[in-house]
Amino acid sequence: MRKLILATLLLLAPTALLAFSGGPHLEPANIDLRDQTSLQRGAKYFMNYCNGCHSLQYMRYNRLAKDLGIDEIALRQNLLFGDAKPGDLITKSMADNDALKWFGVVPPDLTLVTRWRSPDWVYTYLKSFYLDDTRPYGVNNVLFPLVGMPHVLGDLQGRQQAVMEPSHEPGGAPIIAGVKLVEEGGLSPQEYDTMVRDITNFLTYVGEPFQLERQRLGRYVLLFLGFLFILAYLLKKEFWKDVH
Amino acid sequence: MSAEKTENLSWIDKRFPLSETWRNHLSEYYAPKNLNFWSFFGSLAILTLVIQIVTGVWLAMSYKPDATLAFASVEYIMRDVDWGWIIRYMHSTGASMFFIVIYLHMFRGLLWGSYRKPRELLWMIGVVIYLVMMATAFFGYLLPWGQMSYWGAQVIVNLFAAVPVVGEDLSVWVRGDYVISDATLNRFFAFHFLLPFLLAGLVFLHIVALHHVGSNNPDGIEIKDGPKGNRWSDKAPADGIPFHPYYTVKDLMGVVVFLAIFSYIMFFNPTMGGLFLEAPNFQPANPMLTPPHIAPVWYFTPFYAMLRAVPPMYGSQFPGVVVMFAAILILFVLPWLDRSPVKSMRYKGPIFKWATGIFAVSFVALAWLGIQPASDLYTLLSQIFTVLYFAYFLLMPIYSSLDKTKPVPERVTS
Repeated sequence: MRKLILATLLLLAPTALLAFSGGPHLEPANIDLRDQTSLQRGAKYFMNYCNGCHSLQYMRYNRLAKDLGIDEIALRQNLLFGDAKPGDLITKSMADNDALKWFGVVPPDLTLVTRWRSPDWVYTYLKSFYLDDTRPYGVNNVLFPLVGMPHVLGDLQGRQQAVMEPSHEPGGAPIIAGVKLVEEGGLSPQEYDTMVRDITNFLTYVGEPFQLERQRLGRYVLLFLGFLFILAYLLKKEFWKDVH
Repeated sequence: MSAEKTENLSWIDKRFPLSETWRNHLSEYYAPKNLNFWSFFGSLAILTLVIQIVTGVWLAMSYKPDATLAFASVEYIMRDVDWGWIIRYMHSTGASMFFIVIYLHMFRGLLWGSYRKPRELLWMIGVVIYLVMMATAFFGYLLPWGQMSYWGAQVIVNLFAAVPVVGEDLSVWVRGDYVISDATLNRFFAFHFLLPFLLAGLVFLHIVALHHVGSNNPDGIEIKDGPKGNRWSDKAPADGIPFHPYYTVKDLMGVVVFLAIFSYIMFFNPTMGGLFLEAPNFQPANPMLTPPHIAPVWYFTPFYAMLRAVPPMYGSQFPGVVVMFAAILILFVLPWLDRSPVKSMRYKGPIFKWATGIFAVSFVALAWLGIQPASDLYTLLSQIFTVLYFAYFLLMPIYSSLDKTKPVPERVTS
């Protein structure tokens, strides 16, 4: 038994390695995939503010509607634009050639963004735009320097300025320590955080739509295996009674 | 058994040795009665191979080996294919679990001295299995066509380019192109589908060899050389018990525990924090954009760390490539490096025990270092652990004959 525990620990040890990974400081998104209203709001924000440039090309409208508790009428009225049908993949309206002309880059598909970046990254990114005259759209991003994307939610969040601090190395250029709000937007900071959290929550759902189902099933599977183990253990004990 | 059944069976037995095979390999195959925890990993390895083949075939039903479609087809499996996500996570978790099981199985071989006479060929077939497994995993890792798939394959295929003179041509021959491309993806898919069946064949040979020489045990004592006669047969080894039902029911217990760990990962942490499924691989392959940090999957990283530890000579990475492959090939000669009079670690002396401990730590440390971005400190550490890894094998003829061993009992201990 001791060895079994040891083996289990050995198998789980790799997760501990991750504690070492560095990178810029990320704010915890504190999302909740069970919060359907947050997911619905996130879907709404995404379709209104993001979907013009960013697709969710591996995700279907009707899957989203089913999982988020949106009926077909509401889906058709609020989320489907142009001639999109419920069974379609969520594509974007902007053409890649135009995007290259306007932003210098084709905006990435966001279906899996929370899986390769992490939900915290997306959350922090949407809060890290700051005014920068040297950029074509007047903004830059702490997490994503020289980003091609304008601050689409700028009117809601307001404008932020970078807070600089001297470099840790002598003679180095000043570094960005953080951002501060210098001009209020349409939303209070708390309201903006909630909005960004909803978008992050939604994108996390989109990254792995079956995540809750996966965990729900997993509990049954482990329960079954636990029960099976008892049987297997008793069977083994019974057969091995006569081995000395 | 009813008369009719016996009749049917004898009809078959006259034409195919069904009962005989059952007896020789299961009900009258006598395994030592003292097998412990470490012996679970043999049967678990077979189970994992079966899981990989079955889930792999089902994945292939929806997967598209085409550079423009591959990534999307994996997401299609995850989202639109009924139970597709379970099949895919079983396969991705299974790949890593296969290596964990095999590494523990190999380590058990080291502990029990299972590579020693008369099991040299059994061990060598095992090393071939390990090599084919690594090839299979390497081919398979390209298929999702994510950033890490692409750039990992790029780095590994470039190793062939380091071979003097023919290197460049060789790497083009492997890729079928000057870069990793659709041509590469197609051939890797073909090989990834083929090799598991070769593996199954090798596993068959592994078991034929095993059943010919008999199973080793934690004491490293040959039960065949001991006294004869047990409850089942006068000729069978006294310390042997029939594999079926004794070890089938015992292994069943191991299987359930293994499946529980497997399921826990699959259902609650399928990426294993980025080790089993690496985060950059959720981004489609982009030949124009090199990821900031490329590392192979964890089961290759010990050898990757060795590769990076060896400094280039005359501007060529070739020495590193040689060291990396030597680290695996050296396993073939292990049976002749161990000069200890005893087989099992239980009766070996302190030097051998320390050496094996240091070797195990070095292997795990190299695996960790292979994941990290290169730095001066890490390179130095990789060099130290690479030397320790090889020292275990190369110095074995010396320390194994110097070591003070303990007396080996006549019979297996329980």
